Amino acid sequence: MDHLLSAADLSRADAVRILDTAAELAATQGREIKKLPTLRGRTVVNLFFEDSTRTRISFETAAKRLSADVINFAAKGSSVSKGESLKDTALTLQAMGADAVVIRHHASGAPHLLASSGWLRAAVVNAGDGTHQHPTQALLDAFTLRRHLVGPQPLGQDLAGLRVAIVGDVLHSRVARSNVDLLHTLGARVTLVSPPTLLPVGVETWPCEVSYHLDEVLAQGLDAVMMLRVQRERMSSAGGGFFPSPLEYSRRYGLDARRLAALPSHAVVLHPGPMNRGLEISATAADSPRSVIVEQVANGVAVRMAVLYLLLAGGRREDVS
Amino acid sequence: MTEYLLRGVRPLGGDPVDVRIADGVIVAMGPGLSDDGAHVVDAPDHVLLPGLVDLHTHLREPGREDAETVASGTRAAALGGFTAVHAMANTNPVADTAGVVEQVFHLGRRAGWVDVFPVGAVSVGLEGERLAELGAMADSEARVRVFSDDGRCVADPVLMRRALEYVKAFDGVIAQHAQEPRLTEHAQMHEGVVSAQIGLAGWPAVAEEAIIARDVLLAEHVGSRLHVCHLSTAGSVEIVRWAKGRGIDVTAEVTPHHLLLTDELARGYDARFKVNPPLRTAADVEAVRAGLADGTIDIVATDHAPHPVEDKDCEWAAAAFGMTGLETALSVVQHAMVDTGLLDWAGVARVLSTAPARIGRVAERHGRPIAVGEPANLVLVDPAARRTVDPHAQATASPNTPYFDRELPGRVVATFLRGRPTVLDGAPVDQEGARA
Repeated sequence: MDHLLSAADLSRADAVRILDTAAELAATQGREIKKLPTLRGRTVVNLFFEDSTRTRISFETAAKRLSADVINFAAKGSSVSKGESLKDTALTLQAMGADAVVIRHHASGAPHLLASSGWLRAAVVNAGDGTHQHPTQALLDAFTLRRHLVGPQPLGQDLAGLRVAIVGDVLHSRVARSNVDLLHTLGARVTLVSPPTLLPVGVETWPCEVSYHLDEVLAQGLDAVMMLRVQRERMSSAGGGFFPSPLEYSRRYGLDARRLAALPSHAVVLHPGPMNRGLEISATAADSPRSVIVEQVANGVAVRMAVLYLLLAGGRREDVS
Repeated sequence: MTEYLLRGVRPLGGDPVDVRIADGVIVAMGPGLSDDGAHVVDAPDHVLLPGLVDLHTHLREPGREDAETVASGTRAAALGGFTAVHAMANTNPVADTAGVVEQVFHLGRRAGWVDVFPVGAVSVGLEGERLAELGAMADSEARVRVFSDDGRCVADPVLMRRALEYVKAFDGVIAQHAQEPRLTEHAQMHEGVVSAQIGLAGWPAVAEEAIIARDVLLAEHVGSRLHVCHLSTAGSVEIVRWAKGRGIDVTAEVTPHHLLLTDELARGYDARFKVNPPLRTAADVEAVRAGLADGTIDIVATDHAPHPVEDKDCEWAAAAFGMTGLETALSVVQHAMVDTGLLDWAGVARVLSTAPARIGRVAERHGRPIAVGEPANLVLVDPAARRTVDPHAQATASPNTPYFDRELPGRVVATFLRGRPTVLDGAPVDQEGARA
């Protein structure tokens, strides 16, 4: 593995290896001294063209726990806004000797461009690009699902047979795309639940099922339900007018107390955050014992440690599983 | 003026003959002509076509001389086998007055590589609000007959209706860039399976087809002449076929890239494949090829759209739309249409010369038959040659060709503009007769 650009690029073996590595690293995080010397002397750059404090902090924590030097580069400007171009930024980071670049960008494909352009030699980690991919989010979701739903000895295991619903704005969601790819690779059965206006044309070719009706999907018996963030501005005509009102959205697609109660007792509730309480998820659901939303955040650090470890110390290039 | 003897050439791909050119016209055709006093071009099995006519070129001057100038773009055109190009109006300032179209016309004359026919804007500043002075442009020295807001759609149905009606007074045509603006806000590529996977905002086929359907009905209603620019979808072919069947006076063009490339190329996020209208699916490519072969689509036009490196060497969403095409059009048409058996060389002459000259109303000088007494606007092609496209070896000032590193068939060996070679032995020759 040279880069992590898309969940679709990961084989089952790659993904299980990352999850197993994350589990081993997570076990060290209960110690008083959490820091490992693994990436001492290596430089990780967090290159964020889009504000995302939580993702940036998660990657920063992961890199620091592995003793890497971390540089946070908040590149507000981009060639879109006629600031510095991605190319010049990349050349600058190369000159500074970055070993890994964690990039968040509003343009789909920007991480791919960074990895394939020849502008820099660093390993590129996609921390979310446009409406394309957010592979570490899918990995931390898979990690969380595996911990809760796959036996007492999850190491080496995938998610075969698990039923997962992903509910909400699929059209604009990189989290949905990454999760459909990764969960399918790991053997789970995924159903996307969304109003038709928030599904992309072409979704019928994805390795998942699609439904417009949350209650019908809940009635089929799920192991997990993942709620996606829905932006309120999507309902205005300037935002595209994808649904008539927030109230109608939450009536049809929100995880309220009634729907929460309809889940089997073992099922868990996920959300990538930040949540719109009262829109896609009720406070009852978000704060229930079923909710693993806070744990997702902790697991995010372990998974990102695993990704950085495997890219920078885990036998980059010569050891592809 | 030097006389030329083209030996053993095949007019429109037919039987070999010798062709003698003098004083700007074809003076003799037949076997074994005397080479007395003439510069001989030995061209066994080379195909002789009427000089190509592009109805859709962006020369960028005035305003974006960093991307292309009239001189560099027309030199590229000559190397591609063209003897005439129609220069689109979306310059800065916009070609919406007699002054600007005459300036472009004169820049073309001075450069001398091809005849430049400026296209006039339909609306002032391409803003789509009120008609530009179409009559003044038509009456100017540039004799404008083709009007287009290309780059933008004349979306307002009333403005489109008025434009179609108004140009009837001087036998003009409205060349429509068919793109419903609301359906394509922020659009980056064809909306379909690939856009859904790679997360780029979609440009749906219906946004083109809805405008074409509306416009053919408007053209029928007011009895005017409509030309559809860069038609790209299977549905658009069906609509134009239906309209022609009804007797509506509509013509349509397809670009070389829509005859060959598909949206699958967007997967690598290489913005050299970003173009408007976007590359479509393999089924659309098949449909536009069939439409061109059966005459539903009248012509191939390049939509040559040069952009400097920095406008393409960036994130897909930040990149400019467009690709160059003048120096590759004939090769792509040979590859997609001739080598596949869909079109013969007479058909190539029709779609790249005769028909565009007729639509642009320049047929008194261009797109003529290859016959004694006709103007010697000619291109000589070696169809057996193959070449690999090198963006930096082209004459256009911009390297944004989508065919980089691709091997294509055919090579332009010579181009003649009114009997004077602009290209000889595959190299450009300037007005003084020097290699340029």
